[in-house]
Amino acid sequence: MKTAPSAPASTAKIAVRDLSMAYGNFVVMHDLNFEVRDKDIFVIMGGSGCGKSTLLRHLIGLLEPKKGSILYDGEDFTATDPAGRGDFIRRFGVMYQSGALWSSLTLGENIAMPIEESGDIPANTVRDLVSYKLALVGLAGYEDYYPSQISGGMKKRAGIARAMALDPDILFLDEPGAGLDPLSSRRLDDLILRLRDSQGCTIVVVTHELASIFSIANNSVFLDTATRTQGALGNPSELRDHSDNPAVRLFLNRGDTPPSPS
Amino acid sequence: MEKQGKWQYNLLRKKVHRPLSRKTALPLPAERNVASADPLPPRAAWSHDGTDATLEISGDWRRDGPEVEITGDAPAQAPARYQVDSLGSYDSTLPAFLLARFRAVTPSPADSDDAPSFTGLPDNLRGLLELALAVPEESDTRNTPQVSSDLRKLGKISLQLWASVSGLANFTGQSVLSLGRFITGKARFRSSEFWLTLQQCGIDALPIVSLISFLIGLILAFVGNVQLANFGASLFVADLVGIAMVREMGVVMTAIIMSGRTGAAFAAHLGSMKANEEIDALRTFGFDPFDFLVLPRLLALVLMMPVLTIYANIVGILGGMLVGFFVGIEPELYWTETLAAVDLTNASLGVIKSVFFGAAIAISGCMQGMKAGNSSAAVGEATTRAVVASITAVIVLDSGFAAIFTLLDI
Ligand SMILES: Nc1ncnc2c1ncn2[C@@H]1O[C@H](COP(=O)(O)OP(=O)(O)O)[C@@H](O)[C@H]1O
Ligand SMILES: [Mg+2]
Repeated sequence: MKTAPSAPASTAKIAVRDLSMAYGNFVVMHDLNFEVRDKDIFVIMGGSGCGKSTLLRHLIGLLEPKKGSILYDGEDFTATDPAGRGDFIRRFGVMYQSGALWSSLTLGENIAMPIEESGDIPANTVRDLVSYKLALVGLAGYEDYYPSQISGGMKKRAGIARAMALDPDILFLDEPGAGLDPLSSRRLDDLILRLRDSQGCTIVVVTHELASIFSIANNSVFLDTATRTQGALGNPSELRDHSDNPAVRLFLNRGDTPPSPS
Repeated sequence: MEKQGKWQYNLLRKKVHRPLSRKTALPLPAERNVASADPLPPRAAWSHDGTDATLEISGDWRRDGPEVEITGDAPAQAPARYQVDSLGSYDSTLPAFLLARFRAVTPSPADSDDAPSFTGLPDNLRGLLELALAVPEESDTRNTPQVSSDLRKLGKISLQLWASVSGLANFTGQSVLSLGRFITGKARFRSSEFWLTLQQCGIDALPIVSLISFLIGLILAFVGNVQLANFGASLFVADLVGIAMVREMGVVMTAIIMSGRTGAAFAAHLGSMKANEEIDALRTFGFDPFDFLVLPRLLALVLMMPVLTIYANIVGILGGMLVGFFVGIEPELYWTETLAAVDLTNASLGVIKSVFFGAAIAISGCMQGMKAGNSSAAVGEATTRAVVASITAVIVLDSGFAAIFTLLDI
């Protein structure tokens, strides 16, 4: 098992230290250690049900760790009491696995709501911001559609637009490409890369789609179901061929007998 | 076309042979034609040869066929050989039966080193069993039957009861805190959500509240008149209907209607938001789901309940008046009599209660919705629980009020 390169805490955007996660007595993952650098696209990968979404929910503070801590820019997030986490959370944008668009609001209202609530913003500005965010994800003109009226791929993109609403510093995406056709999935990857380059945000993506992993990730952590801890850490293309963990090579080679590391 | 006709014919003539199983059945041994032959009962026979056991399987193994007959003693280990010479047709029942034998003797096949023997089994069965045994059964996912004594059950029930009481107290406390934030102007929610809810639990509820209260007034007057007419005191129907409506019936019936209507709607709405991670999405934007979802609903219902109650009281009295008219009481007389009987104290009691009932219904509905599970079935359960909880809360609170008012002699 590899551990995180021990960089000084201040340079890492997100640092996860000795994190153990559990639902009651059921330990999902234990002793996770990794860091996400600024402006990285960091992929959390692993088989279905291994705890990727659970890790994401810990990172954004929806679940409390059983043990260990999570630091943002060197500041301890998990030690802050939930009421005082506003400053951290304001810098996050989250797209949930199910999209989680507010179903009683139109796409426009979904994006407008966080903007309106973030301060006293003139209605015109809000309107322009909303159409700009929708245009960024290729949904220009869909302001008045309800989430139930659009397709799965559009929901994911609208979810990203809403996550981007307040120009977050860190964007968390839970399985953006799952359930999409290859082309839509590809377009979503391009969108993620462009957002990183032009908006300059750090992006944490949960996914198990290999094509996506290789085309977007700079760095990644592999969650191993068998050992219930992290199996490898590093650039996925390198892990595919050189990881010393066979489970990782197997996963990244889609189950084909992996070449042994040279 | 022709084939279809045949099938239907078959279906009519021989009810046992449903053609459906043809499609789903495993590839059949070539020498037997199922449709033509009568099925033989499935049999499994153990025979022992030293330490090795042989399992002889024969007959037709079908889901809709007779139950399997097992002969011989089942050994303590998996069979070493199989005998399938007189095996007829089979569907998944056979591999399921064999897998259950494996599970019975080796609870976790991963523990035994040697691979199980499939000697004598046809290739497709062997393949299926290998597939089923490839991943060892996850021991902690199976529900192990709990050793449960009565004492343990009692303990469990007490713990559940305690958990639900403290959950309710917690939720009520949070509602009060949220109300406090609202009063100090710190709570954030969408005003459109509030107005919409106000409409849903106000104007939209008027037709059903009108109907029910009118009928309740009518019933009270009928029943009252039958008794009072014996004493020649029909006029007192007005007193009876008036007092019963404003003290009890108006507010309780309104509360029960609103439990079924609005409490259920709150639970269903919040529950499906929960299932769809929409509540988590609110949290990550820094919105307090309590202020955002529970507060507007609580405020709307607490505001509308007294209005609906006063309305229900008036409609109920009108219902009584209609009966009075038919039994010969002039509406004007009825009205003066009602006004004389119903003083402000009486009238205000129901209205005061309605505020508490409204809060109870809103809190029950929202609480069940917020703590619903993450599936669509959980939303249904939450709705049911919300209705039961709010009606119970209303009746319990009403008994409490009755006791207090009696003590205070009001
Ligand atoms: N609310 C919950 N309560 C209990 N167990 C859960 C809950 N949510 C997920 N799990 C379990 O935790 C494990 C990880 O789930 P999850 O993080 O959703 O996996 P994935 O990697 O597919 O996103 C699974 O085994 C799942 O059954
Ligand atoms: Mg997931």
